[in-house]
Amino acid sequence: MPLDQSFVGRTYPPTEPYQVGREKIREFATAIGAEDALYHDVEAAQKAGYRDVVAPPTFPIILSFAAMEQIVTDPELGMDYSRVVHGDQRFAYRRPIVAGDELVVVSSIDDVTQRGGHDFLTTRAELATPAGEPVVTVWCKLVVRGHGE
Amino acid sequence: MSELAFEKGQQLPLQTFRVTRADLIRYAGASGDFNPIHWSERTAVGVGLPGVIAHGMYTMALAGRAATGWAGSADAVLDIQARFTRPVPVPDTDEGTEVEFTAVVKSVSEDGLVTFDLTAICAGEKVLAQARAMIKQI
Repeated sequence: MPLDQSFVGRTYPPTEPYQVGREKIREFATAIGAEDALYHDVEAAQKAGYRDVVAPPTFPIILSFAAMEQIVTDPELGMDYSRVVHGDQRFAYRRPIVAGDELVVVSSIDDVTQRGGHDFLTTRAELATPAGEPVVTVWCKLVVRGHGE
Repeated sequence: MSELAFEKGQQLPLQTFRVTRADLIRYAGASGDFNPIHWSERTAVGVGLPGVIAHGMYTMALAGRAATGWAGSADAVLDIQARFTRPVPVPDTDEGTEVEFTAVVKSVSEDGLVTFDLTAICAGEKVLAQARAMIKQI
């Protein structure tokens, strides 16, 4: 059954604040092979004007991926997650994420389309501080493969 | 590479990153994405893949490294996007595989924002489409 267009615009409740840890940033940076001092060395980050180490560009996937659980398990939407493929991904920054940040994620459904027997679902995650300062917007397009192939 | 002065049409130098199974295991742990197609040959083959493949987000993280490398600064990326068009198979060998990144500068704004289109190649195939980054110049 195709995904229902009427879900476009649906917004989910904010997640609990995520505390961005210095060691988590270092762990993520190490995992992607990024040795840049800004990701690892507090002193270097402070020299560059930051409070603490800075996260690599795709770090917010940790938060947005976890928050997307709300969407893919939404019983009303009824996605078959076993048929889901990651289509597109985008991160648009207001400022870099820094260790010590607390970030709340608000996920919503931006778009639902059908093409060639597949469903395309675009989700948007707004990552902001609990005080409401926007930090980064994360879009993710999921492809739900149809059964007719 | 921080001395680059960007101009429209400019080709940015090749950056190559090696990817091994151990990298995927480490990335699974760091990112929280434990989908078994990224570490279990049995599962990957079972769903019709050639074998274990890299997380799309691992390839995109490498694109981020390429972008910060060209920018000459680890905090330069303001916007980055990609479409995952082909899997990156990672054989169970010491060498693993390689992903090669190049880019062409699409625009340079008056306030110093540089947009470029990235190309990511693994085993002769483009693995990302519509891959684009916007950076601030330092």
